[in-house]
Amino acid sequence: MRASFGMKIFPLIALSFLLFVFALNLKQDPHQLPSVLINKPTPSFDLKTLFNNENFTNQTLQGKVSLINFFATWCYTCQKEHPLLMDIAQTPGITLYAIDYKDDTNKAQSWLNTFGNPYTLVGIDANGQTGINFGVYGTPETYLIDKTGRIRYKQIGALTPDIWKEKIYPLIQQLNAS
Amino acid sequence: MKKKPFIFIIFLFLFLTTGFAIPRPLYSFDTVEQAAQFQMLTKTLRCLVCQNQNLAESEAPLAKDLRQLIYLQIKQGQSNDEISGYLTARYGNFIRYHPPFNRETLLLWLTPILSLFLGFLLLCYKLKTRTPD
Repeated sequence: MRASFGMKIFPLIALSFLLFVFALNLKQDPHQLPSVLINKPTPSFDLKTLFNNENFTNQTLQGKVSLINFFATWCYTCQKEHPLLMDIAQTPGITLYAIDYKDDTNKAQSWLNTFGNPYTLVGIDANGQTGINFGVYGTPETYLIDKTGRIRYKQIGALTPDIWKEKIYPLIQQLNAS
Repeated sequence: MKKKPFIFIIFLFLFLTTGFAIPRPLYSFDTVEQAAQFQMLTKTLRCLVCQNQNLAESEAPLAKDLRQLIYLQIKQGQSNDEISGYLTARYGNFIRYHPPFNRETLLLWLTPILSLFLGFLLLCYKLKTRTPD
């Protein structure tokens, strides 16, 4: 029995195709889950703030482009990310908020006093329910929210200068223009 | 005879591998059905932190929170669909080990059937064109 030429190279083609698919998947980080909340309204929340005992609700976000950074003092990556957030806070056209996720309030206060507080308001999410409503599964996570209160971008893990420069900042400019 | 103490020592090592249990909050339910529902849900939902574990097995803090949340929702008498709907609205279909059949998951569900069909076609073709040696 002689296999035809097509039959002979078929396994090779199939294998190449599989390898191609695998190679494509190598670039994807399985820990970066796409958020289902993109382009959807921010989940409603009503939190007490870490300083001055104010209220931080989703109404606060109306009418401006804002970033909400979920952080915690027990989160090592958050500390790594912190200097960049200090820089971002200086950028015009963006209001930087935070939600302190499942944290000790006193620790969070002294943490921000030590490293600097880039946030306009810091909401306290002691039991993590607001985090669950946002689909947070690992701090830090950062959400970009437009003027109408819709989530436009989600960063899972620490922000980097590159992500800020190439993705988030252009998006902020675009959202401010519209 | 010299070998015996050696074997005995190896035998003793077996005692080092005793199982240990992690204490967990006990979830008490009013009915057996609710307890079964809890078992079923936490076993078919994925822990997003350690992605190869389900919510029942994972010790990640988020998994604990979600277990507690599912517990409370079951106590309130919510159905499986309501609870997994609540979680997929926040975390997406990735949280489900049995994602629903829709446009996004078409390829996922149909690939096995398609592969089987293609294999069958290939087999038919091979058998038809087979020439005796």
